[in-house]
Amino acid sequence: MKRLAIALALLLSALDASAIEYNQVQLNQSKVSFGYKQMGVPMEGKFGKFAAQVAFDPDRLGSAHARIDIALASVDSGSSDADESVQGKLWFDTKNYPVASFVSTGIRPLGGNRYQATGKLTIKGKTLDVTSPVILTVNGNSAQFDGSFTVKRLSYGVGIGEWTDLDTVADDIQIRFHLVVLASPSSNQQRKTP
Amino acid sequence: MTTEAEDWLEENAMIKRYTKIAIGLHWAIAILIFCAFPLGFYMHDLKLSPAKLHLYSYHKWIGITVLALAILRVLWRITHKPPALHIARWQETASRLVHGLLYLLMLAVPVSGWLMSSAKGVKTVWLGILPLPDLVEKNKALGELLGNVHTALNYTMLLLVLLHVAAALKHHFVDRDDVLLRMLPMKGTP
Repeated sequence: MKRLAIALALLLSALDASAIEYNQVQLNQSKVSFGYKQMGVPMEGKFGKFAAQVAFDPDRLGSAHARIDIALASVDSGSSDADESVQGKLWFDTKNYPVASFVSTGIRPLGGNRYQATGKLTIKGKTLDVTSPVILTVNGNSAQFDGSFTVKRLSYGVGIGEWTDLDTVADDIQIRFHLVVLASPSSNQQRKTP
Repeated sequence: MTTEAEDWLEENAMIKRYTKIAIGLHWAIAILIFCAFPLGFYMHDLKLSPAKLHLYSYHKWIGITVLALAILRVLWRITHKPPALHIARWQETASRLVHGLLYLLMLAVPVSGWLMSSAKGVKTVWLGILPLPDLVEKNKALGELLGNVHTALNYTMLLLVLLHVAAALKHHFVDRDDVLLRMLPMKGTP
């Protein structure tokens, strides 16, 4: 029975020789960062710890999906003075909301190596729809997904109280992601199969 | 008018003063330093708040303004001879030394602050409009080192400014000479 299943799988993959799915996220080469303005000064921050799952086959966009979970306590706000404060109640409130997550709802091609991903971004218990352009760069069996989109921090209740004043820290936060994803070994193997 | 007053006026008119530009730069920088120094001292230990970030920005804007004015001052000093001093030789030597160090610190204090800010990952944007280049990469250890350098330079400057002010007041009120008058804005300044 098991052999039959393997034989069937091989047969199916042989029928669709182009099938290649990128699904092995290389976290150590990937990055989730953000930019914002503080007193008119452009600042750069990043998250040290996050998990990501990606399944992407350019020929089967319908079944492509991605999920990124960010450990907010790993934030590097760009200014060491602020790292502790930004975990507090007025900002991320990491005690009650330790994780921010992005779950894709769809991806559509924009031509060439450009795509548009839509998904739900949850921060501090609030979920909103977001849309991000994505640029795909394929290099052998490795694919890089780069994108950036802007969210309004106040729409997630991030930076409330005295920080609601947008003169100090602007509302717009540019979120950037760089994901390096390898094709799964099985799909490689399938490609080699005559 | 008494003869004494007339004498005083006449004497006063003969005093060779610094030029208007030099006097303007001196007092503008003095006022800015007297704002930036206590501000830096006060804001440093504040808890992070929008007010703290505002004060930091103001401090940096004042500092960069001092730097720009100090560069003009150095240029003025290179191209002009200050009015003659009629004081003891050792005092003249001491004043040259202190003035030289003050010129150096007027440049070094803001530059150390600017570099510290870059090393701490916060670009300096003068008045929120003009971004200054980051001359060093972001580096936490370097940021802390430059912070210490900035503090040490400031305390050195504080000591020298106290000495400078004390000497000026001593010349004016004890020796009753024209040392301070040379730098005071007055009518009829050449």
